[in-house]
Amino acid sequence: MIDAVYGWLDDRLNISGSGRKLVNKIFPDHWSFMLGEIALYSFVILLATGVFLSLYFIPSSKQIVYTGSYVPLRGLHVSEAYASTIALSFNVRAGLLMRQMHHWSANIFLGAIVVHMCRVFFTSGFRRPRELNWIIGVNLLILAIFNGFLGYSLPDDLISGTGIRISFSILESIPFVGSYLATFLFGGQFPGSAIIPRFFIIHVLILPAIIAGLLGAHLALIVRNKHTQFRGRGATEKNVVGAPLWPTFFAKTNGFLFLVAAVTAILGAAVQINPIWLYGPYVPYHVSYAVQPDWYMGWLDGALRIMPSWEIHLPGHMVPNAFFPAILLPGVTFTLLMAWPFVEQRITGDRLEHHLLERPRDRPHHTALGAATLSFYFVLFGASATDVLANYLSVSLNFVLWFFRIAIFVVPLVIYPMTLKICRELQHTPGGGKTKRHNIVLRSPEGGYSTVVSQARPGDEPPVLEPVPLDGPELVGAMATGADRRSSGPLGAAATGQGGGVAGASRARGVFRIPRSYR
Amino acid sequence: MSDLHGQGGRAGAAPLAPGIETVGPDAPQFQVAAAHPRGMERRVALLFIVGLLGFAGFGAAYWQNSTNYFLGLSLGVGFLGLGAGMVAWGKYLMPRGPFSESRHPLGPSVEEKEKFVEDFASRGKVALQRRGFLVKLLSLASAVFGIVAAFPLLRSLGPLPKKLFYTTAWRRGSYLTTAYGRRVHVDDIDVGGVLTVFPGDDIGGALSQTLLIRVGQPGENVVTEPSRANWGPDGYLAFSKVCTHAGCPVGLYQRLTQQLLCPCHQSLFDIGPGRPAVPVFGPAPRPLPQLPLRVDSRGYLRARAGYDEPVGPGFWERGGTT
Ligand code: FES
Repeated sequence: MIDAVYGWLDDRLNISGSGRKLVNKIFPDHWSFMLGEIALYSFVILLATGVFLSLYFIPSSKQIVYTGSYVPLRGLHVSEAYASTIALSFNVRAGLLMRQMHHWSANIFLGAIVVHMCRVFFTSGFRRPRELNWIIGVNLLILAIFNGFLGYSLPDDLISGTGIRISFSILESIPFVGSYLATFLFGGQFPGSAIIPRFFIIHVLILPAIIAGLLGAHLALIVRNKHTQFRGRGATEKNVVGAPLWPTFFAKTNGFLFLVAAVTAILGAAVQINPIWLYGPYVPYHVSYAVQPDWYMGWLDGALRIMPSWEIHLPGHMVPNAFFPAILLPGVTFTLLMAWPFVEQRITGDRLEHHLLERPRDRPHHTALGAATLSFYFVLFGASATDVLANYLSVSLNFVLWFFRIAIFVVPLVIYPMTLKICRELQHTPGGGKTKRHNIVLRSPEGGYSTVVSQARPGDEPPVLEPVPLDGPELVGAMATGADRRSSGPLGAAATGQGGGVAGASRARGVFRIPRSYR
Repeated sequence: MSDLHGQGGRAGAAPLAPGIETVGPDAPQFQVAAAHPRGMERRVALLFIVGLLGFAGFGAAYWQNSTNYFLGLSLGVGFLGLGAGMVAWGKYLMPRGPFSESRHPLGPSVEEKEKFVEDFASRGKVALQRRGFLVKLLSLASAVFGIVAAFPLLRSLGPLPKKLFYTTAWRRGSYLTTAYGRRVHVDDIDVGGVLTVFPGDDIGGALSQTLLIRVGQPGENVVTEPSRANWGPDGYLAFSKVCTHAGCPVGLYQRLTQQLLCPCHQSLFDIGPGRPAVPVFGPAPRPLPQLPLRVDSRGYLRARAGYDEPVGPGFWERGGTT
């Protein structure tokens, strides 16, 4: 039956032709390559849980009197969006789990994107021919931040409502078009009546569709350019060394999807996130203390806080304060990020194709620049907690504010030379980062220090196996034997004997069975 | 398809690319990574069983309408068993490799490129270049469509900002009214007390929200700056509650220091005689607008006029320093 369906489809679509290339596609093996997978799989989880939520959420800011099952809120005026979020949390079976998983996976999604991007940056994976994919990646990050913010805003609770208010002010601050953008998006001066339904359609349809499209392009480009790889294990600029898509990578990556789902489910079960019933509904003239957005907006909030109270006044016009930290800063950030591969090409003059990744230490200035830049955003992130820190450490808010205003310049300046030094030290550590052997630090009678690596003991380093090329037609079949060591060693030999030569192995019991019609 | 067919039928090893040694199917690369495959098989089976039990548990928890805790935990265990099992299977029970494939040049060959350019350009020449007038007309028509399409797509979304940003619902004579609709009487608040008020026709309004603060005794006329000589009767002052930084409600009044704090980014505003809500700390760039007050003959607090400047954060067309 399967044979028949396969044959029928194959006659029309030539699955075998393209399929063979696909199953032999090699995926290099390194833990850091899983970061992108985490992002991809959290997006899958976001879609699945999001569809569930969209069936129960009512995207309306119409005010109603709450009469639901959560007693402390009864009798309050709340929006339908808020009431329906509470209802789907408390009255729909598994609703709270789906909502918490959705929110958690949004956080994981963004975290994975950021760390994945750092990996690509620090290993120089963005160089030619992958500049385009780097740009797509940066755009995915931007869209993910936007969509995270929109989703966070939908329940119309007090904290997220305050965030919407701030976002209106930020839109309003854009020169020339700001006030138009703000009134068009909100359907009038704040708060408008259109914002919840509009945010909803952007959050569940428009942005996810764009994200899905860009993700497809991102993956297609990985297939087209083939994956980058670290040196060693026979990897060169001319090959890709690793495991084939079918079945090894397939098993591992799908297993990984389930592992990401497992972590999300356990977080959704055990760690409460965004309990909007405790925050209360959004009331424009109420505000709660220690208002903080989700972590991925933290750097913007921090920038808003430590920005001095400057505005630019022109005859008849002005550039408001919020423009600098909330529009200019992210604008410059993402433009520089997208431009970086080209900026670097200018600096280094290196316009060659690179498929081998660099270890961060081997490009000390690049790594130091990355670390210093990251530290800038870490300081901004820290600055989003000025009030909490002042409270917690019992120091004045003034002190904390000025601390961050100074740190934002000082910390990157300190991090740069520090990273440079660490990279250079690491470069001189013999064998560092390659093996698990001990480094022995020796002190000479004169007081100088030196490092040697301990002798390898047998079994310390397993013999390095040469990679077997899978693109020659002859060897593909050999995969099929997949002999178990020890237990069924002779199987491979049997196959060889039967068919004569390697090609015969493809007729053995295989991982991919060739339909009878084709034999 | 013919590819696969051909391969199945071919016997014996064809010559490989020079420099690549032939590796037989009994090479270590084709063997599984696990030293004891049977044992690993058992472990993977165990993980799959754990997964199965987890999912079964989720089914039971759902059926019993159990708590979020059990629902999520059982689902998590299910995924964990399944995922860990599959990863272990892929890692230990499949040919250990490494395998490789070669990279091919990504760009086109010179010949490919020439052919494509030739086809494209030569046809383009015939079809387009000789009909320059048509091309221009088509572009014009498309451009007009692009522009008119923007009208319904953008312009219908909301009103033009013009007046919206300059006015609030406060009028001359508006009663100061609480969120519950009660008009505020001059005796309602003690010294040091605050109250959020609205004009009677815009209760709860996000823009018209105003903070009424009593900083002085009955009979005391509070003057924040000379041009506002009679704006603060009977110790009362009223300021827009919309922060001039990013629009949060400036909610916290610190009585001792006579300062208003915005909880969003910690801007502080000085309030009181000679202190017209000027920001003294944080990012807020401008003072909070002040609402001129009067006490009418029956002792109700009313607005002398609306705000004399736009409330809230700045915007491009606002201009000036006020
Ligand atoms: S909104 Fe008030 S300080 Fe930012």
